[in-house]
Amino acid sequence: MSISRADIEKVAVLARIKVDDEQVSALEKDLGNILDLVDQLSAADTDSVEPMAHPLDAVQRLRPDVVTETDQRAAFQAIAPATEDGLYLVPKVIE
Amino acid sequence: MHNKSVAELSRELESGTISSVELTQQFLDRIKREDSQYNSFITVSDEQALTEAKTADEMRAAGKATAWTGVPFAHKDIFCTNGVGTSCGSKMLENFVPPYDATVVEKFKQAGAVCLGKTNMDEFAMGSSNESSFFGAVTNPWGLSKGEKRVPGGSSGGSAAAIAARLVPAATGTDTGGSIRQPSALCGITGLKPTYGRVSRYGIIAFASSLDQAGPMARTAEDAALMMNVMAGFDPKDSTCIDREVPDYTATLSEPLKGLKIGLPKEYFSDQLSPVMEEQVRNAVREYEKMGATVKEVSLPNARLAIAAYYVIAPAEASANLSRFDGVRYGYRCADPKDLMDMYTRTRAEGFGNEVKRRILVGSYALSAGYFDAYYLKAQKVRRLIQQDFINAFKEVDVLMSPVTPSPAFIQGEKTTDPVSMYLEDVFTIAINLAGIPAMSVPAGFVDGLPVGLQIIGDYFSEARLLNAAHQFQQVTDWHQREPQ
Repeated sequence: MSISRADIEKVAVLARIKVDDEQVSALEKDLGNILDLVDQLSAADTDSVEPMAHPLDAVQRLRPDVVTETDQRAAFQAIAPATEDGLYLVPKVIE
Repeated sequence: MHNKSVAELSRELESGTISSVELTQQFLDRIKREDSQYNSFITVSDEQALTEAKTADEMRAAGKATAWTGVPFAHKDIFCTNGVGTSCGSKMLENFVPPYDATVVEKFKQAGAVCLGKTNMDEFAMGSSNESSFFGAVTNPWGLSKGEKRVPGGSSGGSAAAIAARLVPAATGTDTGGSIRQPSALCGITGLKPTYGRVSRYGIIAFASSLDQAGPMARTAEDAALMMNVMAGFDPKDSTCIDREVPDYTATLSEPLKGLKIGLPKEYFSDQLSPVMEEQVRNAVREYEKMGATVKEVSLPNARLAIAAYYVIAPAEASANLSRFDGVRYGYRCADPKDLMDMYTRTRAEGFGNEVKRRILVGSYALSAGYFDAYYLKAQKVRRLIQQDFINAFKEVDVLMSPVTPSPAFIQGEKTTDPVSMYLEDVFTIAINLAGIPAMSVPAGFVDGLPVGLQIIGDYFSEARLLNAAHQFQQVTDWHQREPQ
């Protein structure tokens, strides 16, 4: 199965990864090869098979609804690219 | 001292022939002297190691020592270590210093072990050769004396190379599709991927959450058992961790193997395996027969679909997990972003390497509207077929044995231009992750002077039996003692 340039450009937007024109050509080949490999799956008869999400079919545990975390804002923000007054800074979103 | 196992070092410390501070300094000096030829460490944390060693000596003086107190080891750079850089082999986390410890890290600290540093790895654990690390490729100690620069395998290649080169006696690893077993095989050491959910993944940077599992890497099965005694166990902070009693993995190492039923999956002795590799694996199986085990052929008819299922499931989950690297809260951020979208897309384009980007894009494609059923859901169904094959096999036999890799360590650069050829390196290891069962790689011979691994695969939670089988093999063979020249 092949993947088109338009597909790659669309997926790159979904994945929030900038790709330039040259990279699209390389990706067309590499992703095409990977999808060819993956295409073997279509031959498998899975009509009556339940999809498997967890090897032991475990379900998510619930914990009591109580506060267990302590305030670590200062430690977490110390490693952020940009903060101010306890807030994370990003480029202006609203003009 | 650098040739001694964890068990032996533990006895040396106990008898007082050496202190942890002295031992730690010896290993740190050795890393400083030798590692430039391997590049197996990303960070050597001298200062923290010596502080931990001092604490360990005090613990021992106070009569509070465990088997691990004062013993040096290393963590793969995917485990978050409070105050020590954790890069995951990526530019994205080049300067990331976690404000907390992974549960496994915490457990080794409590046991008094001394972490010497963080080992190199494929970027975000995606790779089978350790060539995708932002911090440079790792060189396998085997073959270097002939002037060959071979890969150590991946993604836990730094841990494997460091252990083979006697820079550390043991190190942690993680295994999503073979990342503990394949480098263990290529470097001639012993590695175990435990049952999915046996070891807490809290604080381990996530790759593919339905497959990721952490485990021990060492030179002997006994040392791997000692590591499992620290690592295994329930952790409420990991929602996939299984609440189940942890045995003493060292207690059953010496049990005899008479009557052990071994299955050889015929699909794993196919034409993908070179005859010289097959000979080594079959010789190893014969050693088990001499110890009283019986051998029969079994079939895993859906195993051939494992790579295809894996290369949907792992990239899909990776694309979701790695969406957290957005340049906002920690890690790399591109320079002078024009707007928010520009910041996201350039941060991720500049911060991730090519293999990581390929997998995120494949995963995003497989999960995108209109494709989910054809790819992800289909792969999860095939995954259950693969699991059922193993369940059926374990009705007939106790363990399965197979090669770990189709060939020994290859030359650096040989497979980097073709991602799919690199993916086939894990043809014998991936199905085990999909099923969630445990498996080991044990040194089992040499081809052209390069180590070959025997894979021992067990049913869910059979780690003690696998370690027992590996330990008994190591009592009658010395492949695991061989040292690269």
